[in-house]
Amino acid sequence: MQYKSQAVAKPYFIAAIALFTGQILFGLIMGLQYVVGDFLFPEIPFNVARMVHTNLLIVWLLFGFMGAAYFMIPEETETELYSPKLAIAMFWIFLVAGALTIVGYLTVPYATLAKMTGNDILATMGREFLEQPLVTKIGIVVVALAFLFNLSMTMLKGRKTSIGLVLLLGLWGLAIFFLFSFYNPHNLVLDKFFWWWVVHLWVEGVWELILGALLAFVLIKVTGVDREVIEKWLYVIITLALVSGIIGTGHHYFWIGTPEYWQWWGSIFSALEPIPFFAMTVFAFNMVNRRRRDHPNKAATLWALGTGVMAFLGAGVWGFLHTLAPVNYYTHGTQITAAHGHMAFYGAYAMVVLCIISYAMPILRGRAANSAKAQVMEMWSFWLMTVSMVFITLFLTAAGIVQVWLQRFSDTPIAFMAAQDQISLFYWMREVAGVFFLIGLLVYIASFFVKGETKAAA
Amino acid sequence: MSGTFTKSMARNIFYGGTVFFVLLFLALSFDTMKELPKRDNRANLTESVINGKKLWEVNNCIGCHSLLGEGAYFAPELGNVYPRRGPEFIKAWIQAMPTGAPGRRQMPNFGFTDKELDDLVAFLKYSSEINTANWPPNIEG
Repeated sequence: MQYKSQAVAKPYFIAAIALFTGQILFGLIMGLQYVVGDFLFPEIPFNVARMVHTNLLIVWLLFGFMGAAYFMIPEETETELYSPKLAIAMFWIFLVAGALTIVGYLTVPYATLAKMTGNDILATMGREFLEQPLVTKIGIVVVALAFLFNLSMTMLKGRKTSIGLVLLLGLWGLAIFFLFSFYNPHNLVLDKFFWWWVVHLWVEGVWELILGALLAFVLIKVTGVDREVIEKWLYVIITLALVSGIIGTGHHYFWIGTPEYWQWWGSIFSALEPIPFFAMTVFAFNMVNRRRRDHPNKAATLWALGTGVMAFLGAGVWGFLHTLAPVNYYTHGTQITAAHGHMAFYGAYAMVVLCIISYAMPILRGRAANSAKAQVMEMWSFWLMTVSMVFITLFLTAAGIVQVWLQRFSDTPIAFMAAQDQISLFYWMREVAGVFFLIGLLVYIASFFVKGETKAAA
Repeated sequence: MSGTFTKSMARNIFYGGTVFFVLLFLALSFDTMKELPKRDNRANLTESVINGKKLWEVNNCIGCHSLLGEGAYFAPELGNVYPRRGPEFIKAWIQAMPTGAPGRRQMPNFGFTDKELDDLVAFLKYSSEINTANWPPNIEG
């Protein structure tokens, strides 16, 4: 570790992995409820399991992003963090608030939770991904502001690199767009329109800046390629991301009551959204091929390459698959959407967080890289999780195609539940793939406990 | 990338491009706000509809169902459930939950009052009258 204050990243990474495990367990519960409908009913109804699954995803990625920033910014700015104490305090506040929210979801009926937490003062709950009680939402804003204050003050007193600036820009954008979660008009169309300013402008907007910065940081470290070259690539990638992604928001404005010109704007610009992800893949492979050193951490390099490829497939290819308005007319809100969502989140955001953890954790534990034995195990977990996710996506895509055929495309469309019965085979296979994903995750966790010979960190 | 294309050029294109497309997005959003009154059925946003939307939210209906195609994909689309089933069927259905049929997907019973059921139906009726460019493709949602 070059700077002592980087150590604050460690608890963030550990919490991220723990919450990730929770996310997968609830994913398996939901997957089973798709085929054994009354599984765990009424203790954990599907909507509760889903809330836990998606909220844990968001929270563990946020923990990962924050840990990544606390690790990267001291090195980028060449100075200690402004306040490591504030960073640790925020860690505990965020963890306790997150845990209480999940406990609330699981133990109290949602309507009661809403009443208990002041939803009558300002109604923000009950919208997909923004289900958090008002107090939790306010807590997220407080933690985010303290976090951004800490990082911005660090950057003001230190070196200002492009990677540092892009990372901070992405994180500030994340905090600012989250403020739209407090706007919940009675008018459903307006509600949906601005809801996307959080959801889309996060994952297909500012989060891509964070993703690019994390990837660029790891690639500089593991390849030794000149910073000028890597940062130039970073700017090109994020330019492509925002140029396509901002107007690309329009692909959510096809069928929710918004004007029909969005079908053109949304189709054309979101059709360009795979390009930045393709550039990212080319970038990662190019840099690794031009490497000037052989970094001992092979696992981190594998995650970096994997992020490029899987983000391109999940966000790029599977996004394009259903983004054109005439196609989306049939696929909107089917298992095709679920297929895309799974591989895109895993390929882009889960993998980049696992990539930075893979690079940073050994250093935080006082070594340049883990032992060969531990790395081999980590690489096994990479392949197990990644291949499982490919299969989850393929099975959901198959389910989605059949669903669209039976329920939407046919001359004699059948009812939703009748169509669901027809595709249960694919749901079973998705669940099996999910079990393999969990095995991969357990192998990943186990790799942290494998001993072996290591070199001390420089 | 050749030596003539420098990092500062890339950075300038990034900032310039982002500002341009943010402004374009804001302009389109502004125009959307002007167009929405013709499409979003706001004339029918009664007290009952507003209360129905709140009930929809605080019972996390979106955690299983989709509404205008957004939400979860575990249970049927409800943006057009009003024309598909009609008000009486919807109310009777909600009250009959859970079915308890072994192995079948279950919906909790939320213990709604008659007024709450009316408000929910009013909200679903209002939602079904939003101009969604003919989506969904057919009545099955």
